[in-house]
Amino acid sequence: MSRVFVPLVFVALVLFASAPLVVANAPFEQTMGLVQKIFYYHVPSAMLMFVSAFVCGIASALYLFRRSAVADRVAVAAGELVVLFGLIVLVTGPLWARKAWGVWWEWDARLTSSLLLWMIFVAYLLVRRFGGPGSEKLAGAMALFGMANVPFVYVSVNYWRTLHPKTSVVMTLTPGMRGAFWFCVAAFVALYVLLLTVRKRLEDRRATVEQLYLATEE
Amino acid sequence: MKQFLRVAWVVMCKDLTVEMRSREIVYTTIFFAASCVLVFAFALVREGRPLEDASAGILWISVAFAGTLALGRTFERERHTETLRALMLAPSDRPAIYVGKLLGILALMAIVEAVLVPLVGLLFHAPIFARPHWLFVLLAAGTIGFASVGTLFAAMLVRARSRDVLLPVLLYPITIPVIIAGVRGTAAIFQATPDEPMARFWAALLVFFDVVFVTLSLWTFEPLMTE
Amino acid sequence: MKKTVLLLVVLTLLPGAVLGARQTAQPPATQEEFVPVGALPQPEQLPAAPLVIGAYAFVWVALMVYVWSLWRRMAKLERELADLQRRVQKQ
Repeated sequence: MSRVFVPLVFVALVLFASAPLVVANAPFEQTMGLVQKIFYYHVPSAMLMFVSAFVCGIASALYLFRRSAVADRVAVAAGELVVLFGLIVLVTGPLWARKAWGVWWEWDARLTSSLLLWMIFVAYLLVRRFGGPGSEKLAGAMALFGMANVPFVYVSVNYWRTLHPKTSVVMTLTPGMRGAFWFCVAAFVALYVLLLTVRKRLEDRRATVEQLYLATEE
Repeated sequence: MKQFLRVAWVVMCKDLTVEMRSREIVYTTIFFAASCVLVFAFALVREGRPLEDASAGILWISVAFAGTLALGRTFERERHTETLRALMLAPSDRPAIYVGKLLGILALMAIVEAVLVPLVGLLFHAPIFARPHWLFVLLAAGTIGFASVGTLFAAMLVRARSRDVLLPVLLYPITIPVIIAGVRGTAAIFQATPDEPMARFWAALLVFFDVVFVTLSLWTFEPLMTE
Repeated sequence: MKKTVLLLVVLTLLPGAVLGARQTAQPPATQEEFVPVGALPQPEQLPAAPLVIGAYAFVWVALMVYVWSLWRRMAKLERELADLQRRVQKQ
């Protein structure tokens, strides 16, 4: 496990540390200028928020239907990461919007649905923490609904009239921007895998501790 | 299939019979919903008079709050008398029990809405008879969406700690899209010239939500209720 | 100590972003693609630098805080684990 882990840490840190340099070298955007550079962190974070919601949902389904304890640990790790990356999206977005749209926040389809997705996973963590025994199952159901919500968030910007740029933006990037963008995506993915692994290990450790507690009590 | 429907019907009849004996939840929920409408009527004022444009929103907020209360109370009664465990022990399809409980909640909410809609029409001069069939469709679809998720979570929370506060915490982020669609559709109907294509769009979206939520709920009810 | 440093960093960056963002601008139509350009055009009314720096700083800070939280939780569990293993060996 450690043999894979150490290179992974190294790769993630290198990528993430060099991302600002890559972003600084990317060309400016015509209408938005400097502030558009927030895009290079905002969009990968959003992508990972969706991915993490799927991971959490699938792991929760495995826990509910196959009673897999390992799946439950992956689910809680992924759930925390949805909240983390969602927070990044919800803070960097308004900072960008203030300059690009003139307002901090707008109740359009994309922003509203993203906020709700984030809140669903905050509720997921709250239920796990304060729900008492059996709360893993409740939280699992919550994660399934959250996962079902993700496609809705993604397409909302294409079907409703919103201020938020459409999903076609990512596919039509010019080479200068494209390189920087996908580099940042790679950095964030490496970081995500790293964080998920570490968080899951934390859960494994907690499970071991609980088992030992039960063993010592007997 | 027939067995499934029969079990659902029996569970619903059981719930309604118990409720009709005391009528406790019906009366208190109706009163609570009416109080909600009044609170909003006095909170959202322009030049000392209630904001008429807010009628659609106020109607749906009251439905959501009253629904949450009704769900909590109904399952509290189940927990108190331990009938939920008895239901789970019965050799019947778990999803059928879910559908039965859902139908019971829907009947309760239908009664509450039957009182709420005329009240909103009266207090806010809302044109509830402009397109009554669309209003009915929107309310029905929205209530099914809200109640389907609510029944699942309220049933799950019966054995959980902090269940009173956790029900809204879990329910609202998921059902807010339903409320949004309901409000927008109803607002389109309550306009000076009712916008039927808009109402149809939002009603279609509500039906889509209903299908997704009911399917997910039926699918997850069994593993959630078993130890 | 760590918490104070973090708090100071955030507090120095946020007012800059807020103070800089005072003027409003007309929101443009929904964009379908990004169009790159060589250099920045004429100076804009609302300075973008505090917002960009603020955004990047927040990302780093959020990740640092999370990693630190993981570290703390892991350390606590390791201590509990060592303690329990000692107890099990005694039995």
